[in-house]
Amino acid sequence: MNNLLAILRRELIGYFQTPVAYVFIMIFLLLSGALSFYLGNFYEREQADLGAFFTFHPWLYLFLVPAISMRLWAEERKTGSIELLITLPVTVFEAVLGKFLAAWIFTGIALLLTFPIWLTVNYLGDPDNGIILGAYFGSFLMAGGFMAIGACISATTRNQVVAFILSLVTCFLFLLSGFPLVLDFFQLWLPQPVVDTIASLSFLTHFSSINKGVIDLRDLSYFVILISVWLYANMIVVRARKAA
Amino acid sequence: MSGSVVVENLVKIYGDLHAVDDLSFEVGPGEVLGFLGPNGAGKSTTMKIITGFLPPTSGRVSVCGHPVATEPQEAKKCLGYLPEGAPAYSEMTPWQFLNFVADIRRPENRRERLDWVIGQLGLEPVLHRPVDTLSKGYRRRVGLAQAMLHDPRVLIMDEPTDGLDPNQKRQVRDFINEMAHDKTIIISTHILEEVEAICTRAIIVSEGKILVDESPEELRRRSRYCNAVTIQAQLKEPVRAALGELEDVAVVEPERNQGLTLIPRRGCMLEDAVRDVLLRHNLKEVPLHIQAGRLDDVFHSLTHNIHE
Repeated sequence: MNNLLAILRRELIGYFQTPVAYVFIMIFLLLSGALSFYLGNFYEREQADLGAFFTFHPWLYLFLVPAISMRLWAEERKTGSIELLITLPVTVFEAVLGKFLAAWIFTGIALLLTFPIWLTVNYLGDPDNGIILGAYFGSFLMAGGFMAIGACISATTRNQVVAFILSLVTCFLFLLSGFPLVLDFFQLWLPQPVVDTIASLSFLTHFSSINKGVIDLRDLSYFVILISVWLYANMIVVRARKAA
Repeated sequence: MSGSVVVENLVKIYGDLHAVDDLSFEVGPGEVLGFLGPNGAGKSTTMKIITGFLPPTSGRVSVCGHPVATEPQEAKKCLGYLPEGAPAYSEMTPWQFLNFVADIRRPENRRERLDWVIGQLGLEPVLHRPVDTLSKGYRRRVGLAQAMLHDPRVLIMDEPTDGLDPNQKRQVRDFINEMAHDKTIIISTHILEEVEAICTRAIIVSEGKILVDESPEELRRRSRYCNAVTIQAQLKEPVRAALGELEDVAVVEPERNQGLTLIPRRGCMLEDAVRDVLLRHNLKEVPLHIQAGRLDDVFHSLTHNIHE
């Protein structure tokens, strides 16, 4: 537990010691604001909710989360510091979870800093803050899903650009797996039950109900299981690819 | 045995490359083992296996009595490791980095240990500058500080002086010598003067196999230059001829300024015979230099066949 916290703290120091943290937070805030006001028609909808704001989160995360996750392991492999980390008396589990949690908490900080839009909607109208809270929670969970995918992929390479692109593509597949763009491809050669399973893996489907304020146990467990599976895969990759 | 490293029949195979091929040795407290060998001989791989970074294909390693395979955490706790190139988290300052290591190593009297390594390695001037802005020498010292922080009984250092200038090399060597009396230390190097400067024992590996395992003195005695006599003076032709005809001289090598080096037949001493010859030619004052043997010569003759 102490080791996990030590790793988590070290990672967070790493973010704020470099421009990464500030650039990420700035861009996240600018984009999430601009998208809700211009593309989401925040004012024109004349509704006291944050639907226009949360709708774009999956798309923001699609690009921004891999930008954070790409360095998690690839950089350690590149600089050789992974040798240092693994030969400290820590377990692979602690290292994987500590790094993931740090990155996830970091996106959580960026998400919390969007609070002015919540103040705005409360100033302009009388929204259901329970729904907004639920949507924030759902958005955070979804960011964790993207982050777990990105962390695992980052461990497979020492090249951050490769990690970024592969993570982006994988996240994109997960995001849209309920849509014809992805399903048509699988429908050609896989039996229907498998295609249905793939369809049920879609981030968008699970997020859209949370976004509407419906916190369903199935959606929650979907993200929790997704994160666990990818982190487990992350541990396997770290163990197997230390040498390469 | 507590505080020791035991390696038994270690094998590491990558694809069809035998990086480490049935290596066995044992090192105890007070020993400084120099791990020598050409590049790619398996030195780093062996160290990575001892420190628990890589799993071996077969064979066993134990550190301070803890098998690395089954009790990795216990084994890692009693060793300090300086990986090749002394990697560190480049965006952190040495202070942050050492505190991170201390968070995990949790040494007793943490504050004193931190002060001690910082003082010993002279890190105060750079303590709050990011590691990636530091010179190579300082980075190496940060790596050493990290490895020493918890006062480990076993220290493993992969090329600790590689890329340092002569003064920095000396500092690192002095530091290792100070540590040496009660610790088990393994260093890898391909700098032979380093073996003479700090090691009590040397293992030469090539292609994953141990070629020799003995003290630096014994190693030097293998050299054909061991007990060779060098004369740094202008000698006239009759003297040169007389020296060359001595029974125990195997080879005569010319030196600069018309001096020469007489290499003896194996096991023979030349000094007295050479002095006799010089006396007969009224050259009493000419200084003789008796060589102890050259490690680079031994190293070359042991490992070059494989590379040709």
